[in-house]
Amino acid sequence: MAQNITADAAHGHDEHHESPVVFGFWVYLMTDCIIFGSLFAVFAVMRNQFAGGPTGHEVFELSGVGIETAILLLSSITYGFGMIAAHDNKVSTMRTWLGVTFLLGLGFLFMEIREFSHMIAEGNGPDRSAFLSSFFTLVGTHGLHVTCGLLWMAVLLFQTAGKTELNERMIGKLTCLSLFWHFLDIVWICVFTFVYLMSVI
Amino acid sequence: MADHVSSSGESHGSVGSYLTGFVLAVILTVAAFGIVMSHAMSPSGTVGAIALLAVIQIVVHLVYFLHMNGSSAQRWNVMAFVFTVLSVIVLVAGTIFIMHDTSINMMSR
Repeated sequence: MAQNITADAAHGHDEHHESPVVFGFWVYLMTDCIIFGSLFAVFAVMRNQFAGGPTGHEVFELSGVGIETAILLLSSITYGFGMIAAHDNKVSTMRTWLGVTFLLGLGFLFMEIREFSHMIAEGNGPDRSAFLSSFFTLVGTHGLHVTCGLLWMAVLLFQTAGKTELNERMIGKLTCLSLFWHFLDIVWICVFTFVYLMSVI
Repeated sequence: MADHVSSSGESHGSVGSYLTGFVLAVILTVAAFGIVMSHAMSPSGTVGAIALLAVIQIVVHLVYFLHMNGSSAQRWNVMAFVFTVLSVIVLVAGTIFIMHDTSINMMSR
């Protein structure tokens, strides 16, 4: 009997946290997976179509990619700490971690834009070859997602300003953004492995 | 009460689980960059090794950061994910296979 009650309580507790909003957002992320899958497929087909232009070995700088990877990985764990604080209802701690995550995301974006503008300035823009077109489309789409994530984070920081506690709705919003942010890190694993590292082997 | 803490700890992760995931992710990332930069393996061996490391790292992120698990609350999330992975594999492998075959038969390379 007692076991039944605890099992029911635990079940209700789980359902309470897996709200339909979070599941719906998860399904959106799955469709986003398909977008990135298509872009990776295009890149896989185009990766040797240099049209006399530079190869990946000539245009990619692994040290910069390594720093970008480190920044994104760090921002994943700082967001995670923010979510732990959010579930403990420590609003100011959560906002601090979210702020750190925002700055790390901004740093990542800054490095990516610098890399892109450097390549374009050297005449290796997306119009140079099919390889570079697919590269800019794939990595640019990821960068666009990071930009959207940063905007979303700024909105949530604004909405939680001056709050002393978080309601269920705000926790739901923070959870959706955490899924989005960790998902972008997973896409980046594929980017640095299949785009950057495989091009310089 | 103890039950409450453990079940919420499972669905949101704890500092410890985030740190475990982070350390594993760092090790896997450094290994992938190290293998490529040190030229320790043959080119085809390197491709296989870093692809394997990427798959392992994706699983680490899913478990420790996205808190995916086999619990009943996660069932539909996991099912949607498995279907998506299947679609992406068909999409990517199919595209590479068809375009490679076309390119060979058209003698464009």
